[in-house]
Amino acid sequence: MASTEEILAGLAEIVNAETGLDVADVQMDKSFTEDLDIDSISMMTIVVEAEDKFEVKIPDEEVKNLKTVGDAVNFIAAAQA
Amino acid sequence: MTAQLLTPTPNAYSAILGTGSFRPDVVVTNDDVCQWIDSSDEWIRQRTGIITRHRADANTSVLDMAQGAAQAALEDAGISAAQLDTVIVATVTFPHATPSAAAALADLLGATPAPAYDISAACAGYCYAIAQADALVRSGLAQHVLVVGVEKLSDYIDNSERTISFLLGDGAGAVIVGASSVPGISPSVWGSDGSKWNAISMTHSQLELRDSLLGANELLESAVDEPLEELANPWPTLRQDGQTVFRWAVWEMAKMARQALAEAGLQASDLAAFIPHQANMRIIDELAKQLKLPETVLIARDIAENGNTSAASIPMAMDRMRREHPELSGKFALQIGFGAGLVFGAQVVLLP
Ligand SMILES: CC(C)(COP(=O)(O)OP(=O)(O)OC[C@H]1O[C@@H](n2cnc3c(N)ncnc32)[C@H](O)[C@@H]1OP(=O)(O)O)[C@@H](O)C(=O)NCCC(=O)NCCS
Repeated sequence: MASTEEILAGLAEIVNAETGLDVADVQMDKSFTEDLDIDSISMMTIVVEAEDKFEVKIPDEEVKNLKTVGDAVNFIAAAQA
Repeated sequence: MTAQLLTPTPNAYSAILGTGSFRPDVVVTNDDVCQWIDSSDEWIRQRTGIITRHRADANTSVLDMAQGAAQAALEDAGISAAQLDTVIVATVTFPHATPSAAAALADLLGATPAPAYDISAACAGYCYAIAQADALVRSGLAQHVLVVGVEKLSDYIDNSERTISFLLGDGAGAVIVGASSVPGISPSVWGSDGSKWNAISMTHSQLELRDSLLGANELLESAVDEPLEELANPWPTLRQDGQTVFRWAVWEMAKMARQALAEAGLQASDLAAFIPHQANMRIIDELAKQLKLPETVLIARDIAENGNTSAASIPMAMDRMRREHPELSGKFALQIGFGAGLVFGAQVVLLP
């Protein structure tokens, strides 16, 4: 089981690989769409990569609730627990 | 001594001998689409890569388009319609439950009395038909099979709906499959997942359409005790769960594409072309990334001009690619179709 910091770091790597954004920009309070300019389709790629990396299931219905990086980190942490 | 049955004399291999396509005239731009739904040219281009789609006018039918594509494929293969001994039409938009589009098409072409039938496998319909044509030819039951993927999706959409209609276009693509001295079609990797039957579906059934119309009539006559529900849009049209389909189309289909390559005994670097179903440019790009296709592999991107034409998209894209890149002749292409069912099919084919 990974700590919040580890999940954030792992997620930042995935976001970086998909979008080229600097890992330092991927912070808990950042909104995927508003702040990071990630569209709904890139978001799906990020979700699937995160499922693989953290060995969790993120259902389709859940994806729209993951508005901020923090939402995703917390969801993954809870799913791993 | 009991008599022994004769069976067909098998052919060693099958291959695609020729291709043809038919593109209808009406060009629908993203700006046209934005008059019907709340969207923008930029949104549609970014999320789907679609710039225009071609649609058939009221006077151009599924059969007209199928005939155009089939005649071009016959000419390309250098065979006559009389030599066809099977006609398979993959479509979900022929407006008659029966008889089939294929029987009418065979007659229009002059292929009577070739066996003729339709298959319903949506955007995988063409790859399903190739699986059958390959098996029919290798078994010796057929020598020349016409496979047509054709759709007039514009008859089955509601332009004011936002989940799928803006993606779709009309058209037809055809190939001739026949005997070959070298292997031309790899083992088909095909299947279904009916647990996602509703992921792409019609808004309601034809029976509900009937009952809705009956309800309206009988209500007028005050003849029903319990009025049947009247549907706001009685005509059944397509809708989808875009995100569910997208995830399946990329990550499940990447596995199937890899399996098709493995069953063909090839590596990605052996391919000259990748011709996936033209569903969404982002699906095509992500599939190519997942498959780690080398830069040398040409990728079909017909969707930009043509939109998603379901069963027609792969043979239309293949026909276009062959005309734009004659050097592909004799080289390998990976084709994969996937869609409503959910269903999928994939093969590696030798391009004629
Ligand atoms: C259809 C598809 C392009 C929709 O994109 P999406 O990113 O999944 O869209 P969503 O439904 O999640 O909506 C995301 C946002 O875009 C908006 N949106 C949805 N459709 C839109 C459209 N046509 N135009 C403009 N905006 C649209 C939504 O309102 C939502 O906005 P919000 O976040 O402000 O609420 C995409 O899911 C897709 O291509 N899926 C694969 C489908 C496919 O190829 N099917 C055929 C296979 S045979």
